[in-house]
Amino acid sequence: MGEVIVITSGKGGVGKTTTTANIGTALAKLNYKVVLVDTDIGLRNLDVVLGLENRIVYDIVDVVKGNCRLNQALIKDKRLEGLCLLPAAQTKDKNAISIEEIKKLTNELSEIFDYVIVDCPAGIEQGFKNAIAGADRAIVVATPEVSSVRDADRIIGLLEANEIKETRLVINRLRPQMVKQGDMMDIEDILDILSIKLIGVIPEDEFIIVSTNRGEPAVNNPDSMAGKAYLNTARRIAGEEDVPFLELEVVESFLDKILKIFKK
Amino acid sequence: MGFFDFLSGNKKNKGSKNIAKDRLKLVLVHDRASMSPEVMEALRRELIEVISKYVDVDNNNIEVELNDNNNQATLVANIPINQIKRSRNV
Repeated sequence: MGEVIVITSGKGGVGKTTTTANIGTALAKLNYKVVLVDTDIGLRNLDVVLGLENRIVYDIVDVVKGNCRLNQALIKDKRLEGLCLLPAAQTKDKNAISIEEIKKLTNELSEIFDYVIVDCPAGIEQGFKNAIAGADRAIVVATPEVSSVRDADRIIGLLEANEIKETRLVINRLRPQMVKQGDMMDIEDILDILSIKLIGVIPEDEFIIVSTNRGEPAVNNPDSMAGKAYLNTARRIAGEEDVPFLELEVVESFLDKILKIFKK
Repeated sequence: MGFFDFLSGNKKNKGSKNIAKDRLKLVLVHDRASMSPEVMEALRRELIEVISKYVDVDNNNIEVELNDNNNQATLVANIPINQIKRSRNV
């Protein structure tokens, strides 16, 4: 039996889909069988982030309504053995699937795959309730901003109320330079407020935009800081212990160095 | 504020992250305090249950409220007592 993991955040635009794509790709690179399930019905995006948008024939709604077999809707990533996508429907709305239907689906998928990673829509309405319904554990994505942390707190409460066994935090888009200046909350600030265990810290990285432009997840690029951080996160998810958190060193500019000399 | 502090953008009140943290803590006290009516009702019921073991309370006039003032959330229960039960201990 594989595990069902939902990636959620409450607030939109904090990087749920990017996180899903990268963690999923990283787990497949670690030789696990992985399926990514996009439950953001009506606002499908995981397909373009993965570069699989041209190969969609059937979607998740077709599967649960019996319009096709599960196998027909699963898109195999030809670049990476063991990675599949079950795309969301683009023309239906979030009530097209019921909680019972999604539970049955994720259960079925967990018999085939080691990891079933569910990309959750923003918000706390039906789409959220569906996405978490079949989950064994949850990963909450938050950025170091007041609005994102507040929403994450609400989501963590809802996940507890729904008896999700294990919830972990990914801090996304951390900017070491701003943390150093005292203008961005650091990891400890956020953990202190949310009282939840950390499973990944992803630095802000312009390469994420490039990789999304291309439809190739950043974990495929060994030079990308965010890619490396996602790979480490995936290893922790897979149960590897003592995976170090990246040293997020600030690269000092020439001016910074001169100013430092004068301050001494 | 020295010239070089000015150049490097250092302000006297260093860093906005503490403002963010303080504001978040406060807003979360309010967010978390808004318990659902079902939870409040369950709390009320169980409170009465426990207190009734020791004193005879007026079930119909019990008030249970969650307040939050400044940085501190408090649970205020106003429970009128009809009679205190006789002690069974020697």
